[in-house]
Amino acid sequence: MTPLAHSPHAHAVTSVSRIMATVMAALVPATLFGFWLYGWPAVYLWTVSLLAAVAGEAAVLAFQQRAVKPALLDGSGLLTAWLLALSLPPWAPWWIAVVGSLFAVVIGKQVFGGLGQNVFNPAMAARVMLLISFPLEMTTWMPPMGHLPGVLDSLAVTFGGQHLDAVSSASLLGHVKTEFSRGLDLQQALAGHYAPLSALWGWRSGSLGESAAPLILAGGVFLIARRIITWHAPVAMLAGVALPALLMSLIAPGHYAGPVYHLLSGGVMLGAFFIATDPVTSPNTAAGQLVFGLGCGILTYVIRTWGAYPEGVAFAVMLMNAATPLIDRYIKPRIYGRTRTGETLVVEAAKKDAA
Amino acid sequence: MKLFKLRGGIHPEGRKASSADRAIRALPLPPRLYVPLQQHVGAPAKPVVQVGDTVLAGQLIGAGQGNISAPVHAPTSGRVVAIGDHPAPHPSGLSAATVTIAPDGEARWFEHDVPADPFALTPDDIAARVGAAGIVGLGGATFPSAVKLKLSRKSGVDTLIINGGECEPYLTCDDRIMRERAAEIVAGIRLIQIAVGARHALVGIEDNKPEALAAMRAAAAGTGVEIRMVPAMYPMGWDKQMIQALLGREVPAEGRSADIGVLVHNVATAWAVQQTICLGHPLVSRIVTVSGGAVAQPCNLEVPIGTPVQALFDACGGFASTPARLVLGGPMMGHQLTHTSVPVVKGSSGVLALTQAEIGLTRPAPCIRCATCVRACPVGLLPLEMAARIRTDDLSGAVALGLKDCIGCGSCSYVCPSSIPLVHYFNYAKGELMAQARSKLKQEATKKLAEERNARMERIAREHEEAAAARKAAKAAREAAAKAAAATEATA
Repeated sequence: MTPLAHSPHAHAVTSVSRIMATVMAALVPATLFGFWLYGWPAVYLWTVSLLAAVAGEAAVLAFQQRAVKPALLDGSGLLTAWLLALSLPPWAPWWIAVVGSLFAVVIGKQVFGGLGQNVFNPAMAARVMLLISFPLEMTTWMPPMGHLPGVLDSLAVTFGGQHLDAVSSASLLGHVKTEFSRGLDLQQALAGHYAPLSALWGWRSGSLGESAAPLILAGGVFLIARRIITWHAPVAMLAGVALPALLMSLIAPGHYAGPVYHLLSGGVMLGAFFIATDPVTSPNTAAGQLVFGLGCGILTYVIRTWGAYPEGVAFAVMLMNAATPLIDRYIKPRIYGRTRTGETLVVEAAKKDAA
Repeated sequence: MKLFKLRGGIHPEGRKASSADRAIRALPLPPRLYVPLQQHVGAPAKPVVQVGDTVLAGQLIGAGQGNISAPVHAPTSGRVVAIGDHPAPHPSGLSAATVTIAPDGEARWFEHDVPADPFALTPDDIAARVGAAGIVGLGGATFPSAVKLKLSRKSGVDTLIINGGECEPYLTCDDRIMRERAAEIVAGIRLIQIAVGARHALVGIEDNKPEALAAMRAAAAGTGVEIRMVPAMYPMGWDKQMIQALLGREVPAEGRSADIGVLVHNVATAWAVQQTICLGHPLVSRIVTVSGGAVAQPCNLEVPIGTPVQALFDACGGFASTPARLVLGGPMMGHQLTHTSVPVVKGSSGVLALTQAEIGLTRPAPCIRCATCVRACPVGLLPLEMAARIRTDDLSGAVALGLKDCIGCGSCSYVCPSSIPLVHYFNYAKGELMAQARSKLKQEATKKLAEERNARMERIAREHEEAAAARKAAKAAREAAAKAAAATEATA
């Protein structure tokens, strides 16, 4: 006799692997554009990230004597590695990708108990770890569409440890920060380095995922349309960056860059649509996600503007990840027939009489 | 017409097309009818016939007992061949007290008195007739209708809502009854309106049933009964969701809709009320949808209560393929049938034979906290958090999150990408809490008895001691008196 099944006896056509696959599909345009900008080294780095994540996850699951196949097939490890790869300097050496991916899936996820159990976004945790541990490799950027090496020469860039000093440059956020420290004002710092239109398409040094804001936005809109994510966290995060930027640039335009500069620089777009919407590490109510996104945005701005690092998305997201249980504890939906505090609703006799 | 904002809800695939255009067909009488004595919420009915008795259609065979109960009637004329246990339509597959009738095929009706003008009856008279006819909520809740009528009249209801939502996938029995018997339903609605003294009567029908809407609008024209279209979504048939959609009023937690001046009945219940009051027929049959991918010819059948489920499938051409699961009721809240010998009861709206592809449930995966369940919950609960508490046996934690407000609609389980059986967790926890409450009551009763016994024993012991002390004192007094007397004598 088959065991008794419980209702409901129907189920929506959905699964975890389908969700992960949809998110990865949404990343494809921006990723391909990034490959085009930064050439074969970026392709190799991305590939190494994904392979390392799969291998690391399989090894850990086998070590724990848990089923390897379902955990690998859900695609969460691949997505984590993909997001990490998008946040790395495209010409970083292979071991950066391997160390980062292993850290993400092993320390960031499996140590907490696997899918759904981690407190911090694994990709952001890995990025922060890499940035603190290997600051040189993590801040050596390439200008896009520069002198792109061929398929074989690129192997030397990713796997051969070829020095890049000759062609490397700072990212825009890093450049502005450095120029400030030299006592220059914003106008001078940005001169020749920033044009909103080229920033829109990511036509500057940066990670794979910093390129092409419209493509990232399109991916995000696609996910909202497919109901994989909701608009709350992304919109709140963008507002959290844009509003303080607007305010500060109005107060002191010579020193503080405006909202467009901040929205189109660094990982804000990727963070808003693909990182802050990570279901595992974000609050589970719409109101909670608004608070979470706003926090991510404001913290990003604060870290960029007054912190030691030029970019703050990863730190901001991790700080808000830590606040997520707290947000979930205080922001809960109102239960039908009850007040926000859980008391039974009182029938308004007047309302009844009037009807 | 203004509709009010709804919370949560899902849009499951309707799958109603295969049976929606099949007119209601009367099912031929099976060789045996198995009529359970409990087909309603409340106390089971008590048999009033004996084995060997001849009964007529509509004759009382089980009398309601207590305040919340409903009588049971013979679905057709014939002979009572057994009174005893028969497998009940319950997931446990356990047996329940059942009256077995061998139909004589003549369908002779029991003489019922029919009022000359049903609309001149007093409210109490209508409620009494509805109670005597054994009418219960036919939407599936099976709460005795007369109890609801009396309660609503007492608490003063201004609006009667008739639920034509039929939000469960596959089911089309309410759709068909509205299309084919709209005039009778409207008459039933007006009778219920009189019974409770409601000024307004609204019928909410989902927008995926245009034919039913048209038929009901035509039948209701000029009667004061308003027909309203509501969006098709699940669980629109939840009475509180329907009240919210039509009136924007919210029933307080742990309360009843009567608390806010509303009474909700199902369309099929309104039809049953009309049949009872106008024709004198108690509730002895109902419309059942037979559907599912494994059924050869899905259809709607008018089925005598007590017909074995197998007879329904046989009438639909049997199985086209081996069903992966048999379900009594709708797929969202119905329960699995382990075999087809169980009878159709008053609350059986559908019998489904589903293929594996239709069920579509895969092995549960870890929760990714996607909160789709939170958005789907019509009550405003956090299903993922409640399930996490129950997994670790923290039932009080789940209760604090609102477990007791869960209506078990299954919206959360339906949308869960990890296929976590959330409703199963919640029902397990609710059952566990009930068992704990029962054992606590039992413990308290035992404790009280033990304490009383101790007190009694102490009192007896004390009384013994006191009696002994009294005897001793009396003896001492006597001796002292004797001594004193002796002393007086000696000195004298």
